[in-house]
Amino acid sequence: MKRFIERFVEGLLLISGSVTSITILLIVLFLFKEASGLFNKPVIEEGYILVTNKSNPVNELSSYQIKQIFDSEIVNWDEVGGKEEAIEMVRLSDIDKKWSMSNEDISKKINDLVDDHSGILLYLPMVYITKEFKGVILDQQTIRPVDFFGGQEWYPTATPAPQFGLLPLLLGTLWVSVGAVALALPFGLAVGIYMAEVASVKLRNFLKPLIELLAGIPAVVYGFFGLVVVVPFLRQVLNFPVGETGLAGSVVLGIMALPTIITITEDAIRKVPYATKEASLALGATQWQTIYKVIIPYAKSGIISAVVLGIGRAIGETIAVLMVTGNAAVMPHSITEPMRTIPATIAAELGEVSVGSAHYQALFALGVVLFVVTMILSIAVDFFSLKKK
Amino acid sequence: MSTIDARNVDFYYGNFHTLKNINLEVQKSEVVALIGPSGCGKSTFLRLLNRMNDLIDGVSITGTILINGLDIYATSVRVDELRKEVGMVFQKPNPFPKSIFDNVAYGLRVNGVKDKALIEQRVEESLKSAALWGEVKEKMKKSAFALSLGQQQRLCIARALAVKPKVILMDEPASALDPISTTKIEDLIHELKQDYTIVIVTHNMQQASRVSDKTAYFYLGELIEYDKTTTIFTNPQKLSTQNYITGRFG
Amino acid sequence: MNINKQQAQKIAFILFRLMSFSVVGVLLIILGLIIYRGIGTISWDFLSQAPEQGMTKGGIYPAIIGTLYLILGSSLFSFPIGIMSGIFMSEYAANNRLIVMIRIMTNSLSGVPSVVFGLFGMSLFVNTLGFGDSILAGSLTLGLLSLPLVIRTTEESLKAVDYAYREGSLALGASKLQTIRNVVFPMAFPNIISGLILSIGRVSGETAPILFTVAAYFLPKLPSSIFDQVMALPYHLYVISTSGTDIEASRDIAYGTALVLVTIVLILNILANLLRRYFAKKVKTN
Repeated sequence: MKRFIERFVEGLLLISGSVTSITILLIVLFLFKEASGLFNKPVIEEGYILVTNKSNPVNELSSYQIKQIFDSEIVNWDEVGGKEEAIEMVRLSDIDKKWSMSNEDISKKINDLVDDHSGILLYLPMVYITKEFKGVILDQQTIRPVDFFGGQEWYPTATPAPQFGLLPLLLGTLWVSVGAVALALPFGLAVGIYMAEVASVKLRNFLKPLIELLAGIPAVVYGFFGLVVVVPFLRQVLNFPVGETGLAGSVVLGIMALPTIITITEDAIRKVPYATKEASLALGATQWQTIYKVIIPYAKSGIISAVVLGIGRAIGETIAVLMVTGNAAVMPHSITEPMRTIPATIAAELGEVSVGSAHYQALFALGVVLFVVTMILSIAVDFFSLKKK
Repeated sequence: MSTIDARNVDFYYGNFHTLKNINLEVQKSEVVALIGPSGCGKSTFLRLLNRMNDLIDGVSITGTILINGLDIYATSVRVDELRKEVGMVFQKPNPFPKSIFDNVAYGLRVNGVKDKALIEQRVEESLKSAALWGEVKEKMKKSAFALSLGQQQRLCIARALAVKPKVILMDEPASALDPISTTKIEDLIHELKQDYTIVIVTHNMQQASRVSDKTAYFYLGELIEYDKTTTIFTNPQKLSTQNYITGRFG
Repeated sequence: MNINKQQAQKIAFILFRLMSFSVVGVLLIILGLIIYRGIGTISWDFLSQAPEQGMTKGGIYPAIIGTLYLILGSSLFSFPIGIMSGIFMSEYAANNRLIVMIRIMTNSLSGVPSVVFGLFGMSLFVNTLGFGDSILAGSLTLGLLSLPLVIRTTEESLKAVDYAYREGSLALGASKLQTIRNVVFPMAFPNIISGLILSIGRVSGETAPILFTVAAYFLPKLPSSIFDQVMALPYHLYVISTSGTDIEASRDIAYGTALVLVTIVLILNILANLLRRYFAKKVKTN
């Protein structure tokens, strides 16, 4: 009986041991499951179509081309591979205004309209198309991976073709995170080294709990602090046109990344064998020379882990960033502009989308990107430290 | 029948051949000292006798070890039953962070003894046998950590005695103790030998000569010489033994 | 310019000291500001009343209760599983490939951003399993999030127990499980308990994972079952400081809420240290 219970408990422990692996698998499964439909979705809203005159040789348009046409950035068919002819772009909702249609048979009017105007591009619900339709219905394209991974615009509510371009968000994330680590790194390393090598035991016992407290403060409180201190500071003292910028995000994230960098740096430096330090000191090196000539090179891989994990934390941070970066989903050119990160986009938009829509799937695709990037960073750090052992 | 009978024992730690063809017999109520320089394999051999080495990854053993005629490496042997028969005292005193009473009662309880009166009786007996009763009988509920190191080590011996083993293994039991505590432990070994078979690993040759009936000298994983303690210390057969006991190395 | 090596050391160390104190300074500014601006808002009514007038007046009682429910729910899930997993990793895991993989997975899980947990929780618990936005879905999501922390705390605390105690117990004929239960776990307990409390601190402050799994914008009533939505402190602070009906009028409430959140974290930090010391003493003197 005793043996049976022991075996049973051991089995239970083994199952619990594998629970994190199962969780990772489930995360992969569900994230991919929700995101996978994205590339089967039509580029324009379901139930709607684009039609042209039958003389028009163009029979398909990419998502981005449609968007540019409806934004009047493309005005001639020759820009999308057709003949030299102006594009007459019409939304069904415009029809009343332009041709003062009343309650007549809309289908018939549409038919005539498309037949009469050789440069027309009409966006309308499919239900108005009848058997006698004389125009050409453009091929229904689906969203391509290149539209997502290479897309330069994130505009998920655009009609007729919503834009799910990753690049502005990815760049926003990188600007903010790299800025954060660049700000936090000198401080993190200095404090880590100071606590491990220089500070007295008393001073260290004073600093350590404060650093732990810094790590314990919730992200939303940091975001709030950013909102009421950092953002006004940038606007009023540094005269930024807007305070909600990538830089504000970097400052807040930098403070948040400090405890991670400090703790890992300190641990890495504490692991340097005492004999190594003594050897340097015995040769007449000062403590400072020993630190930068012997200890830092020795602890290099630990310090690199600190940097990578700091970046990992910064990339994934959501709520604090959402509160201070201004959230403009445009290609950023400088850290002093408003920008929007991947996690902030998910948090801001997921609440408003319907389950299963292209927008919903695109947000999960962002989640997949985030997950993959952070997984690569953690595994790289693990691999590094395991290899060293 | 010998109490301990090791036959052609080889032991590997990974690829490292730690013990080479060891043959050694111990009779009932004998005290056998295992001596030799550091890394000679004496502790490893001791830990084979209660299968403590099972806890290490990547080790393998060939040959047989019989204790009271039973092959302890047979698949039918349950390790926890074996360890009840073969008690062990470690180099550094390692009492549990529990009261003195609970420390001694621990072995009984984990082996399923529930009878309170029996436990109390055994605890008292064991503490008396370990010559500790007089010092602790007033403070049985106090933490074991409140005792001096020497007392802690005798507590660990009492703890081992409580489960009534046949054999007691001692791995340098006095090396962490002061001279007076060491003397007490050595006196205790003399007492215990009436009822128990004892194998003791020691670095201290005076200690080996004082406490043991027989001495085994190990060197580089081999059992060089095994004989009556008086013979080993006065008239060793091998040059290596002689060099060691006269202090030329080790 | 000639700087000799003693002077270089002096300059470097002074610089390091200044940087260390400036980090402490940042912490003090954050805490000081929140305490200074928030303390006036704190009153018994603030802690015991529901929000009023578009959350510009009234209290935060439902959010406090919601956060407590989430702490309780996530702990019920993550503590038993995390502790068992930690025991497995520390006591049973030999150094084979399976274990290396499990370890890498645990580390990786701790690096997964909290918003990804939110997505996952929404997909699995809210939609697939049909829990809806509920305490159950939110607690499970937060539980998964804190799991790596609980596992690591348990594993490290157990590993810190000297191997000699395990040997001492095994040598008396105790089984491995008896050894863990009677000797190793009690010795590691002080550190485990303080780690668990810190993980509660983390859970209580998370916003992103509860956005789509449980958190309600405004809900004057308390929940009646685990399938109800709740308000929660971090989400409340986020909402009233960014997208409330009147952000300026909500500022005092926001400072008050931030102060309550920080106080919770502060208390948990102190509690973790006190309990660690108390139990460490208890284990020793018993």
